[in-house]
Formats: sequence, structure tokens, C-alpha cells
Amino acid sequence: MSTPNGLILPVVFFAVAGCTATAATPVQGSNLGRAATPTEVAGWDISIGPDGKGLPPGSGTPAKGANVYVQKCQACHGEKGAGTPNDRLVGGQGTLASQTPVKTIGSYWPYATTVFDYVRRAMPYAQPLSLTDDEVYAVTAYLLYQNGIIGERDVIDAKTLPAVKMPNRDNFIPMYPPKR
Amino acid sequence: MARRRTRDSGAALAEVAGNGLLDRRIFLKSGIVLLGATSGAAVARPGGGTEPPATPPGMKVPGAGMTGYGSRAKYEEHVQRMIRSQPGTTGSGAARTPLERLNGMITPNGLHFERSHNGAPDIDPAQHRLLIHGMVKRPLIFTVDALLQYPMMSRIHFLECAGNSQFNYAPAPVQATCGFINGLVSCAEWTGVKLSILLEEAGVDPAATWILAEGADAAAMSRSIPMAKAMDDAFLALYQNGERLRPENGYPVRLFLPGYEGNMSVKWLRRLKVSTVPTMTKDETSRYTDLQADGKALMFTFPMDVKSVMTSPAPALRMNGPGLYEISGIAWSGHGTIRAVEVSADGGRSWGEAALSAPVLPRAVTRFRTAWRWSGAPSVLKSRATDDTGRVQPTRDQVIAEHGNNVVFHYNGIQAWLVEANGEVKNVYA
Repeated sequence: MSTPNGLILPVVFFAVAGCTATAATPVQGSNLGRAATPTEVAGWDISIGPDGKGLPPGSGTPAKGANVYVQKCQACHGEKGAGTPNDRLVGGQGTLASQTPVKTIGSYWPYATTVFDYVRRAMPYAQPLSLTDDEVYAVTAYLLYQNGIIGERDVIDAKTLPAVKMPNRDNFIPMYPPKR
Repeated sequence: MARRRTRDSGAALAEVAGNGLLDRRIFLKSGIVLLGATSGAAVARPGGGTEPPATPPGMKVPGAGMTGYGSRAKYEEHVQRMIRSQPGTTGSGAARTPLERLNGMITPNGLHFERSHNGAPDIDPAQHRLLIHGMVKRPLIFTVDALLQYPMMSRIHFLECAGNSQFNYAPAPVQATCGFINGLVSCAEWTGVKLSILLEEAGVDPAATWILAEGADAAAMSRSIPMAKAMDDAFLALYQNGERLRPENGYPVRLFLPGYEGNMSVKWLRRLKVSTVPTMTKDETSRYTDLQADGKALMFTFPMDVKSVMTSPAPALRMNGPGLYEISGIAWSGHGTIRAVEVSADGGRSWGEAALSAPVLPRAVTRFRTAWRWSGAPSVLKSRATDDTGRVQPTRDQVIAEHGNNVVFHYNGIQAWLVEANGEVKNVYA
């Protein structure tokens, strides 16, 4: 290794080793996805549209939801959704045009289906995707009831949830698609 | 950093606007040395008692060995993102880019802003999949390795959180650093696969108008994306400034929608569902909608509007006494390319055009610079950007008059900094 070339050899060695380790694959171009089966799609697709499409079987009532809420939600969202330390979920109707608007499910959210979709995918914060569908229906019913949107004995399920008209529904102005 | 060897070449430094704003062509002249507002104590003058020795210690011993992955100088480790998370959480909030500590147009990966809704997931790329389904002929599942084998495209783009600069909606100006107020914007070179290629392979129904994009994080963050955007310039980003994405910015793959509010460039992308209606997710209904003064709310306000902010002088940086200063900042527009940035040193009474540093690219951060002779008197600095669609950055008063104070999102009003006689810089409404 006393020749000048001796310095170059190890460099070449590392370069070759790097290529084999990371497989510098030529660009394949196209069609590298594989067909997804209906079962796979069904398992992945957790989103619920405003028409209720995608809502699972099951149901819940405000009374059942109260139990879920106290155990799983209250520590962050306060008693009966009053907020603190985290987002307030109940009340605020009539405040949106004031200097101190209170945006809650009851005062602001335009679609009841969004409550189910969001609670199921993202709540409780420390254990998302841990609630059963019945629990999600129940806690959704509880929050709608606390906001005065449904009655104490109403049952929330795949049929009744999309039929709930949220109080602030008509106060959103879509800016897309742009007006011609 | 300040260099005190100020040499003023008199008539060459003609004022172009009030209170000492100078011609941007000052940068073409040699020998002009500008001061800079600094974060530390005033820099020592040459010949002073703190002069380093002629032979610094590093010239007398071998330096540090080479490393497999570099890190910045230890003297720069204080340059950090500023973090705020929801009570009781560490990953539901934002980490803001310290704009006043950076220069140029590119944000280093470790300082790119982060907005997450339930932390950054630990995703093994070998286990990650992207599903495209809904109104398509062939629902498809892609591995990350498969995505990496498509032809790549690279683009330099800004990313801005819809909530950036929201403090400036407050009735009284919030006193914080430039980065804390305005640092939910960053700019990087993103490399990945054009989304339209994959959608065409799946066989998108021509009647489809929306796509739901969903992340593989603990919030399963999801947004509805216009099909027109998806087929236009949207892409799946795999690389950020040349290396694979950082976890907090979506590793192993994120959606990227140039010019749109950052929340829509869904990180950790796992699913794209093609449909004819928006899904009305939490983030596009209850969160990223813009409450107006009359109680109505604008929804689907996607592009981030034309905007600029001075990063020096700026709060947290101190002036080093009267003299010639560089005024420097960043400008960007979700609608196109920055055409001009004007700067005022007299609170907006008169304006002079700043120099734009090449390259000036569409939907990218553009660095602007100009020169200012500070007399030492209190002065209000402003910058105002114009893009190539003719959109001009509005004043704060115009923003509030049009939308009210309750909006939270999409603030793009002119940022004013007050340079006080004592050299401190403050946020003001002026």
C-alpha cells in the first residue's frame, strides 16, 4: 500500500458495498402498485362522509355515552364538555359573531357525522381507535344531547346520525370550487 | 453578525425612501459594509482587548474526525424550534422555525416547522402501505419501495401552516420573537412522485372531484383534496432537502400540495379515497375554517396568500447603534411567484424596492434584502410583497376590515417592527 493507488482502493470498496446494500434499482416506470382486495379496503376505510356512508352497525344513547364520557373524555374536556384543560365541546351557541366566539360541537360543527368520524379515529387522545363502535355512537349521542341538539332518549345509529341537522350547518361558505 | 468597519461612500448611497431607506443596488458596490442586528453582545472591534491570538488553538492540533452523519457546530445548538403543545400533550401543537436566526431561502431539515395533531408516529417503511381506492377502476396498494422506483420530481416550495401569524389577529400586538409569531412557514426542496401518475394507474373515474387523504398518525389526520389540485401539481414527497423525510415531516411519505395551507399536505400518508364530495373531516370543518366577524365561516380556503416578513431587524435581535444596516426577510405566495418586495423605514409613508435573491421560484420562499441607514431614532419598518398574479400583501387594517379578528387562520397582513432608540425591536400595529 505504498503506491499512490493504495489510497484509492478502499474508497472503491466502500462504494461497491454501498450499492449492493441499498439496491440502486433502475427506475421501473409504472404500475408498481398491487391490486387491493375488497376486504383490505374495508379494513382500511374508516372515513365517514356527511351522508353517513361508511357508518358501521351499532348504536348508542346519551345515557350510555355519559359513562363513556366520564371514563374516557372528561379528564381532558371537563365535566359535561365544559372544557379545560383541552377543547370545550359544549355550549357557545349564539357567540360566533361576538368578540369572544366559543367554537364547540354545538355552536360550530356543521355535520354530526364528523363527531363520530373524529372520535373514532383520534380519541381518546392517549388511546385512539380503542373505543367500540357502540361506545363511539354513545359518546356522540351524549355530546349532541349536552349541546341541546337531540333528546335525552334519542338513539344514535347509522340512520339517525346523518339526519341530525347541526345548528351552525348553514353558516359555512365554501370557497372551493371557485365561483365562476 | 455586525461588522463595524462601516464605510459610507456618500452619494452612492442615495436614499430611495424616507428615514434612511437606501437603494437596493448598494449590494452591487464593493467595500460597503453593513451592520446587522444581532442576537448577542456587540461584536468586538478589531484591535480590542478580546482579539483572538494570531495562531488559534485549532491550528496546533488535529481536528475532529469525520462522522457518518454531520451535525451543526456546537456553538449553534441554541438555535431551536419553539414548541407549544396542547395541555397535557407533547405532540399536539407546533414547533416553529426560528426565522430570525436563519438566512437564505431553504430551511434546514432540523428546523423546518412542525404541526402535528398527535405526535410523530414511528413508522418502519417496510411496514408502511399507501392505499388508493374509492372511485377508481383498480384499487391499489403501494409499498414505499415501489414508490421509490417511480420517476422522481424535485421542487423547491414553501410550506405554511394556515395558522401562521395568528397572534397578529390579537387586539394588542404579541411581544415574541419573529419566529414565534411568523415561524409556521419553512421552505425546502421536496422530491417525490407526481400524484397524477398513481391516480391514472388506479383508473380514476372522470366524475370524481375530491380525494380524502389520511395519515398514519395517532390522529389519523385527514383532509379532502380537490381532484383538480391532485391532477395538477400535487406530489408524494419522499425526500426533503436531499435526504428522506424527517419523521416529524411525514416519514416515509407525505402528500405535498404546493401553495396550499400546510394541513392539507397530509403527513405519513396511508390512504387516498377518491369521491365526488368532501368528507367533511374535523380539520376541514371545525378547525381550518375561517370565522368571519358576522359569525359566518369560510371553508375550503386553500391557497396561502402573498406575504412577507422581515427576519432582520426583528424582535430578539438587537441593533448595534446607528449606522448602515441590512434589512433582510422572506416573501412567498401560494398563488405564484414573488414579483417584488417593497420596504418602508418610515411606517409605510414611503417605500423602496428590495433586491430579490435568486432563484425566485413559484410557491417558494424568496429572500429579499435592502439597506437602511439607521439614525438611532425610533423607526417603524415594514415589508410588502407583490406576486406575479398582481396580489399585494394587505395591511393589518385591511385584513381585519375584511375578515374581522376571529379568523385565526390565513393572516397575511403587513408585519411592522418598531426599532426603538435603545436598539430593541418590537412587534407593533402601525
